[in-house]
Amino acid sequence: MTRNGQEPSPVNDRAAHTHRLVDSEKWLGLVMISPALLYIVALIGVPLVLAVLYSLSDITTGDPNYHIVGLRNFRNVIQNHVFQRAVWNTFVFTIISMTLVLVLSKILALVLMKDFRGKWLARFLIMLPWTAPIALGTIGWLWMLDSVFSPIDWVFRSLGLLGTPDALLGPNPNLYWLGVPTLAMTSVILVHVWRMLPLATVIVLGGLSSIPQDLLEAAEIDGAGFWRRTFQIVIPLVLPIMTIATLFGIVFTFTDMTVVYVLTRGGPVQTTQVLSTWTFFKGIEGGDLAQGAAISLFLFPVMAAVAILMLRLARRTEVA
Amino acid sequence: MRPIRKLAGRGGLYTLVMTFAFFGAFPFYWMIIATFKTDHDLFSPMNNPFLFNEPPTLDHLRLLLFDTLFPQYLLNTFWVGLAVVAITLVTAVPAAYSLTRWARGWGETMGIGIFLTYLVPPSILFIPLARFTGALGLQESLWSLILIYPTFTIPFCTWLLMGFFKSIPKDIEEQAMIDGESRFGAMIKIVMPLSISGLLTIVVFAFTLSMHEFIYALTFISVSAKKTVSIGVPTELVRGDVFQWGPLMAGALIASIPVAVVYTYFLDRFIAGFTVGAIK
Repeated sequence: MTRNGQEPSPVNDRAAHTHRLVDSEKWLGLVMISPALLYIVALIGVPLVLAVLYSLSDITTGDPNYHIVGLRNFRNVIQNHVFQRAVWNTFVFTIISMTLVLVLSKILALVLMKDFRGKWLARFLIMLPWTAPIALGTIGWLWMLDSVFSPIDWVFRSLGLLGTPDALLGPNPNLYWLGVPTLAMTSVILVHVWRMLPLATVIVLGGLSSIPQDLLEAAEIDGAGFWRRTFQIVIPLVLPIMTIATLFGIVFTFTDMTVVYVLTRGGPVQTTQVLSTWTFFKGIEGGDLAQGAAISLFLFPVMAAVAILMLRLARRTEVA
Repeated sequence: MRPIRKLAGRGGLYTLVMTFAFFGAFPFYWMIIATFKTDHDLFSPMNNPFLFNEPPTLDHLRLLLFDTLFPQYLLNTFWVGLAVVAITLVTAVPAAYSLTRWARGWGETMGIGIFLTYLVPPSILFIPLARFTGALGLQESLWSLILIYPTFTIPFCTWLLMGFFKSIPKDIEEQAMIDGESRFGAMIKIVMPLSISGLLTIVVFAFTLSMHEFIYALTFISVSAKKTVSIGVPTELVRGDVFQWGPLMAGALIASIPVAVVYTYFLDRFIAGFTVGAIK
């Protein structure tokens, strides 16, 4: 550093060097993280605030002028019976499909823990609903649930359960899966389960394979049967990871609009409408951006609750 | 007694596996059948729908590839995916590096914060973003998708990469820096080559996630020639009210299988990304 005749002290030199390095590194760190932060703030943070502002305004696609009208949109939205139906449906879809997914994923994960021939193929086939684009998978279901050519109806017909005057499932030649409210609900739930099961299974599988094998063997030697091992060792140990899987599943199912949009468009007569599709139909197709934003904000509480639960879970595992 | 029980267990196992595989894959088998069936065979309610009652045909494929915009959708999807991958790499790699290397407490918190933005659903964001892209003059343009898709790829990929960078010991870079490398040089020359598999993973996910995306594309794009596969196939291959099931299924099949193969290959790492917080 200083070359004016004196011997440079290596200790000082090093300290100064480190100091400069730390100083410039602090800046470098900030510079490196700023593009990502900027992106998130500008295109997630700002729109989130805008959604709240829109919901309090009278903005439409035709007239983008902006006047604050207070809570009028929320009043109108809540009084609409389609909205009430959509809230109910969103909860029904999420709760039923997540319950089914949790039970089935546990079974499927236990199956996939075993070794058997052709496992890679089985795995590929089982994962398809998650790995293929959901809109395209749902199109496959749309054709399977066709009002005339459904193969499910065909099987029922050839078993004599459908299409004869005294058949169990009725005299019509078809069940009209997407035309009858309860069946349309069932179909949407079925496709959601189909879609989420692979993801949940792999997450549970990750949890299962992290359980020390000797623990299970020791328990078996000590005389613990299958059920006892499952309930007293396996389930408690995979609980944190099951919780993560559930929370993700809830957010994805609760806010997804692809399945309903492609399968039923909320029909027949709005009986399968959910919050996200209703947002789309009101806000984008109907052009009422303000009401659309107000509807979509009803998704927020559930999302925030999930985020808080995740944070608490993350903190707990860190402490442990 | 034992072997019989074992055999029964084996049988039960295979039954379960086959049931689940059937449930997962049947819609895709259904696509294959419809792709190669003649219309006459497809639309005869008395025919066994699971088999070819008439010789298979390539008509639907021909129609799809030469008489529809399907190749254009594939191309659009490809370009959008590529651009999103580039933006994700340029933003998420430095961010993840910065968060793991200069992080004392706040880095971890900020990492979790960034990850949580992944939970903000498109269903809330698409209305303001539709106005936003409109104001930028990007309506009906693939650029709107290229601009918006990184909002879900960046949070996820940053989190995923943080896991990879954490596993590389700091000592290696520090040694290189003592040997005269700059911090940036050490990152490029030492850390990146060691994280190749992590980088490859985020390339695959940024691409597949943008290929899967449906809501934004449906909201921002309505001109046929600008659609991606995800929205083009479900919305365009319908003439009037008539679904053209043959070409429709062919399109869904062709676009699904390759991405599914790649995705399956990388699935374990994807899950690792989801659960780093929980396993540790």
